[in-house]
Order: sequence, then C-alpha cells, then structure tokens
Amino acid sequence: MSDKTALDRLLATINMHRHSFEEGTAHVEIHGNQVLNTVLVEGLHVESRETASGVDVNILVEAGARIDKPVYFCFGMLENGLQHIRMRVHFQEKAKARFISHCSFAAASEVEHLMDAEIQLDAGAEYSYFERHIHSEQGGIRVVPKAKVTLAEESRFATEFELIKGRVGEIDIDYEAYCGDHSVLELLSRISGRGDDRIKIREAGFLNGKYSRGVLTSHIAVRDSARAEIYNELQATAEGAAGHVDCNEIVQNQAQAKAIPIVDVRHPKAHVTHEAAIGSVDSKQLQTLMSRGLSEEEAVEMIIQGLLRK
Amino acid sequence: MGIIELRDVSLSFDEHPILQHLSIDFWEEHIHAVVGPNGAGKSTLAHTIMGLPDYRQHSGDILYDGKSIKHLSVDQRAKQGITLAWQEPARFHGISVEEFIQRAAGKGGGARTVESSLELVGLDPDRYMARDVDATLSGGERKRIELASIVAMEPRVVLMDEPDSGVDIDAIQSIFEVLGKLKQRGTTVIMITHSGEVLKRADHAFLLCSGALVDKGTVDQLSSYFERKCVPCTHKNVPDEEVLL
Repeated sequence: MSDKTALDRLLATINMHRHSFEEGTAHVEIHGNQVLNTVLVEGLHVESRETASGVDVNILVEAGARIDKPVYFCFGMLENGLQHIRMRVHFQEKAKARFISHCSFAAASEVEHLMDAEIQLDAGAEYSYFERHIHSEQGGIRVVPKAKVTLAEESRFATEFELIKGRVGEIDIDYEAYCGDHSVLELLSRISGRGDDRIKIREAGFLNGKYSRGVLTSHIAVRDSARAEIYNELQATAEGAAGHVDCNEIVQNQAQAKAIPIVDVRHPKAHVTHEAAIGSVDSKQLQTLMSRGLSEEEAVEMIIQGLLRK
Repeated sequence: MGIIELRDVSLSFDEHPILQHLSIDFWEEHIHAVVGPNGAGKSTLAHTIMGLPDYRQHSGDILYDGKSIKHLSVDQRAKQGITLAWQEPARFHGISVEEFIQRAAGKGGGARTVESSLELVGLDPDRYMARDVDATLSGGERKRIELASIVAMEPRVVLMDEPDSGVDIDAIQSIFEVLGKLKQRGTTVIMITHSGEVLKRADHAFLLCSGALVDKGTVDQLSSYFERKCVPCTHKNVPDEEVLL
C-alpha cells in the first residue's frame, strides 16, 4: 500500500481527507511505524524516527510561539499489529498550542497501541491536548497510554481523552503530572465500555508548587459485562495548592465499576476535595425523561450520552 | 366524569398507609389544587397518578378518559398525555436546554417549538438554548425550563408538584401565566401545594390530610383551612391544640 493510499484510508476512518485541513494548519499522520505526512507551521518542530514497532516523535513548540489553529495528529493502524509511539513534547517558555489527536483503529480487530509520552511545559506555557479514539466494533484493541507531565511555574496543561465510539477492548491509562508554582492541571476522561471491555485509569497529580491547581475528572459508562477501575490521586504539598477529583460512573446490566480516589494533603494551607458517584442511572433523571414520553431505553441512552459529553 | 378519576386508591409503604381510600375526579380543562399540610400525601398522589415505579402498588384504580391506566408505565402514561413537573427538577450533565425541550416535544419539535416554549416561560432562547440543564442553572431557571419542556410536549394533564418551591416572585408570576395559557389550550392542571397563594390560582381544590380526602370545593371554601390553620380538621396532622386556639 502506497503512503498516499494509506493516508487516504487512514483519514477516511476519521471522516477526513487530505484536503480537509485549512491552509496554515499543522498536521501529522502516522500509520503503524510509517510517518505518512507532516505539515508544520512556524514555531512548531516535529522530528520523527520510524522504529521496528512504531515511531519516536519529538515535538517542540518554540518559546513565545502562539499557534492559533489546532495542530492535528492522526495515529492509527489499518491492519492488525503493534504500534508503539514514544513521544517527547516540549513547550518552551510562554508557548501556546492546542493539539487534537485522533487514534483510529476502526478498520482493525487485533491491535496493541502503546504510547509513552514525556511532556515538559516551561514557565507560562499552555498546552491543550484532546485525544479521540475510534475503535472497531470487535473489541480486540488494547490501548496503553502512559504520560509523565512536568509543569513549570504558571504553565497550564489540559488533556481530554475520549473513547465513546466502537468497543474499548482493553485500555490502561496512566498519567502523572508534577505541578510547579501557580500551574494548572486538568485531566478529563470520557469512556464508554460494553461487552467484555476492560477500563483502567490511573491519573495522578502532584501539586508541589505554591498555588498550583489540579482537577481530575472521569466520566465513565459501562454496560453488559464491562469493568472499570478508576484510580485518581491528587497530592497537595504546597501552600495554596488546591484540587478536586470528580469521578462519575454509570453502571448498567452486569457491568462493574470501582473508583478509588486518593486525596493526600501535606500542607495546612492546601485543599483538595473529591466526589464520586457510581451506580445506575439517576432515578429522578430517568423518571423525568420518561414522564416526557421517552422509553426507558431512550432515557438511559440520553443520560449516558450526556454524561459522556464534554 | 373527570379526565383523571381515582377510584378508592390506597397506598402503603412498609405497612404505613400514605393514601387512604381516595376517590377524586379531576375535571378536564380546570386548574385543580391539592392542598394539605406536610405529610398529607399530596406529592405521593401526584407520583401515583404519574405511575412512578415506587408508587404502582396501590389498590383501587386510576382512570384516564374513563379507561384504567393502573398497569401503564410512566412513559406509557406520558405518551397518552399525562406529565409531571417535579418540586425540585432534575439536573442533567451534558444535556442542553434545546435537546431537553426538543425530546419532550417529540418528533414534531423543531427549533421553533423550543424557542417559543422558552419565550412562553419568560426565558430568552438565545441565552438558554445551548446551556446544559445542570447545576449552573438556578433552581428557578430549571423550574422554568422544565415547564418549557411541558409546554412543548402539549400534554392533556400536568401534575405540578409545589410550583412555587424555590422560585422568586417574578418566576412564580410567570409560571402562573403559563399555567393559565395551558388551561386555555385545554390542558388540565393539578397543582400540589401547601401554599395559600398557589391555591388562589386554582379553579377547584381538594384537601388531603393523612392521605385521606377531607374536603373539596371552591378555592374560597378551602382557603379557610389555611386561614384557620386546618381547623376544624380532626386528623393527626393538625397542629397542636394550643397553636390552633
């Protein structure tokens, strides 16, 4: 398969094509261990090296660069196999960009997608990262994203992970973030599991900087015999550090969900809160929608889709 | 004959009677008030007519247009034209006001229906359509949005549990105006209330105490119970004698 064919087929799985991108928009497409396409803009540097099982990618956003249009990444595999992405991301001082990443395994049934990321944000940098997964309906995808994020003073990192179309298969997320003075961390996961899907999320924020802030949010829906385990940890060790852990899980049928929040405060002027709600659909919500004429199935679906929305 | 008729309806929870032998006719195209002190069974009555899951094990029968609805689920009753507005409306994460109202309106509900329903309850569609029906809205705003969804649904019977609960004076005026318009359209409204002010907006009223029907009649007749703090009701929910005298 030629690079162009692979690129077209890969983009088609996310309802895009080569000409979807506005002029002046950066985008990178990686299929298996092939870098199919790289379009960059001023202030953004991407170096990639193909390895036996994937790609090593170094991304640099120059100091002071403010990239207005989102930067698009597309990772995927059209056939079964292993894709291992090693990524180093460096936002220099006061750099700002928003990355939108699609990970598409819609056309494959047995894929292992491993992602090891190291992310460094220098002082005042702002990095927003949205990752949408598109999986096949067969459920044979295994996704293991791991990230270590270091936030210097007054930097901001916001990430959102979405997997609500297709079967999860197995997912094991492990993100750790270390927050400097006045930095802001936001981690959000929205995942829908069914069949025998397995979901494991560990998100940990270490609010070590003065007046650093962190919010960890997980919105998960599981049905059939799917399982979800959510480990959210926020540790606050500095004056004025503040955070919140929010885990909301809807459980249907024989599915099971666990939420294990760890709130660890080691400074008298730090403050961390948490809330978790796990269970079936809220009966009042359900009855309200049913009293407007929706069937129970329609009402449950509407509530779950609402939970999984941003 | 009423549009909703209760025939000897009784309901108990854990052998504790909540509704006792209620036989009530709610006339069509009227605004009815069901009044009584806390614990009288007013909200239970509304939930029972709506057929909420915990309220289906009652004895007696409930007729709608002369036919029993006892075995119908909540959505089946709603599809026939009965709906309920909660005392404290639910919050919905990720569901917009537009979607919430549109789904209530059913297949015929387009953007215009949503807009006109919001306008009717005094909310600016441009400000509210895209917002979520969640905790970012005040209780009064959610109450009006719930009412907008009911307007869009065009029901034949609306059960309103404490319409003035948690809303300011402007909002309650707006809610009363909407109830009047619903009545003009041919909707029957059954208000559950312990407020004398709400009672005044009704055409007809029923007084419940300890789950039993104590009296029924015009608003003026029933208002005296509020003015006289339930005298001469002899039920156990009557305040202490010294309070009454």
